[in-house]
Amino acid sequence: MSAPTISPAPAPAASGSARPKARKPKKTGERLLHWFTWLIIIWLALPIAVVIAFSFNNPHGRFNYSWTGFTLKYWGPKLFAIPNLTTAMEHSLLVAVVATAGATILGTLAGLALGKYKFRGQGVTNLVQFACISAPEVVLGSSLATFFLQVRIQEGALTVIAAHIMFCVSFVAITVRARVVGLDPSVEEAARDLGASPWETFRLVTLPMIMPGVIAGAMLAFALSIDDFITTEFTSGSFMTYPLWIWSVSRQGLPPQVNVMGSIVFAVGVLFAIANSVISRRRAA
Amino acid sequence: MHGIRSKLTPYYLMLPGGLWLAIFFAVPIVMMIGLSTMTGNVISGFGETWQHFGNYVQGFTQYTPEWIRSAEYAGLGCLISIVLSYPIAYWIAFYGGSRKSTYLFLLLLPFFVSFVLRTIAWNYILGDQGLILGPLKHWGLIAPGFRVLATGSAVIIGIVYNYLPFMILPIYVALERVDPTVIEAGRDLYAGSATVFRKVVLPLSLPGVFAGVLLNFVPAASDYVNASVLGGTGNTMIGNIIYDQYFVVQNYPVQASLSFSLMGILLIGIFLYARALGTEEVLEAAAAI
Repeated sequence: MSAPTISPAPAPAASGSARPKARKPKKTGERLLHWFTWLIIIWLALPIAVVIAFSFNNPHGRFNYSWTGFTLKYWGPKLFAIPNLTTAMEHSLLVAVVATAGATILGTLAGLALGKYKFRGQGVTNLVQFACISAPEVVLGSSLATFFLQVRIQEGALTVIAAHIMFCVSFVAITVRARVVGLDPSVEEAARDLGASPWETFRLVTLPMIMPGVIAGAMLAFALSIDDFITTEFTSGSFMTYPLWIWSVSRQGLPPQVNVMGSIVFAVGVLFAIANSVISRRRAA
Repeated sequence: MHGIRSKLTPYYLMLPGGLWLAIFFAVPIVMMIGLSTMTGNVISGFGETWQHFGNYVQGFTQYTPEWIRSAEYAGLGCLISIVLSYPIAYWIAFYGGSRKSTYLFLLLLPFFVSFVLRTIAWNYILGDQGLILGPLKHWGLIAPGFRVLATGSAVIIGIVYNYLPFMILPIYVALERVDPTVIEAGRDLYAGSATVFRKVVLPLSLPGVFAGVLLNFVPAASDYVNASVLGGTGNTMIGNIIYDQYFVVQNYPVQASLSFSLMGILLIGIFLYARALGTEEVLEAAAAI
């Protein structure tokens, strides 16, 4: 759109005089859109700024209501002063790591099947995956909760992990499938012609080629798992994760440690995303 | 021998993930449908009385305001999201130049903060003496009794905030795919900027808007976090009722019937919507994200 007008030939008189007039408001419009984009970026960043700012607050009581002075103490040893919160964060990390590993393995296999082969039942599989992704979380969570209740499975860490693998696996499968579909099958044929066994072909040829898709899927799964609240609340029983702990004390107000941990997760996530984009750009270059 | 094995390969690959989805997604949904027609209470247990749709009738008649509110908040949220997202997606797609991915990244930043935490942060910001209303009241610019928190507007602000990136991204993807030569062709045929936009760019970007509506409406209509953190007690949505029926009242059959109704309505909606707009386009646009 920013390209100059195409027709160099003198246009008919009417449109020729209209054109310079029409260009000016477009420039203003472009600037307005630019400002508007930044306005929305600032609006989106506002709660993040609040979370980070209050991690440096020095509240009088236990809870972090209003700004009462700058301190760094919650970024130090005091960060772990609330044992329940620390445990909840450890639980979140543990669940995210295990669920990511599980969902990545199952999702990669499914993505390979869906991208490389045509088989009976493929339509049903796609439909189930689509339903799983588009089903409201409150429905996923409550149906799992009553399911565990009816088959008498005690809710805890394992049920949370099972639920997280369930809602992550489709996302990994879709990401991997997109990568598999773009592969050139002749490379695998060449490996086989050179005497590689199916397993060697997979390990030395296919897997390295689909790796960017697998990594993207795993990062997505980790992000979904560590932040999940609704499904986790329904499937956790008395098992506490970081979002659940925040929710449980939110009525009284949050201690600054919550903000520090939130800021750390934010910073690590942003660094990972930047590193990932730098690496993939360098690989593309 | 080899032929049979390679024919079975996709099934082996699909088996673990498929089983997982069957056990932890399909079976619970089917059992929930069975549970939804039962009666009883949590102490004496629930029995299948096939009283059929009693729970459903109760679910719709008793909670009509919540159903309406869910549709209203999610619908308004979608409209506001489209109005905010389209200009941004347009600007990034056509004027973003080499910084396109940087802008998209900045718009995705909220996703790096926990969903619950950022919603609670809005509670601070919108509070009666909070970051915005506090100073305005101090300077006497608004009445001391004015409030945003615990109103429907606060819930809609939260919904728009939490799902806005899911609207910007698909619209951006659709606009980014518009072939610049098509726009040039429009110009060559002496169409003005407005005409080119209305007749060329807008129709080509609509699949992105439709996908964005899907990605916004479903989570927004079933959400209960925004409504309980920002909406106070008077603005509950159907998600809050499902939550209460499970955790507070512990009437599992009613909860199951409400959940199934919600899922059914949304799935039928998605289906009709996809039929009306061409399934392929909507699903492809949704998958492109």
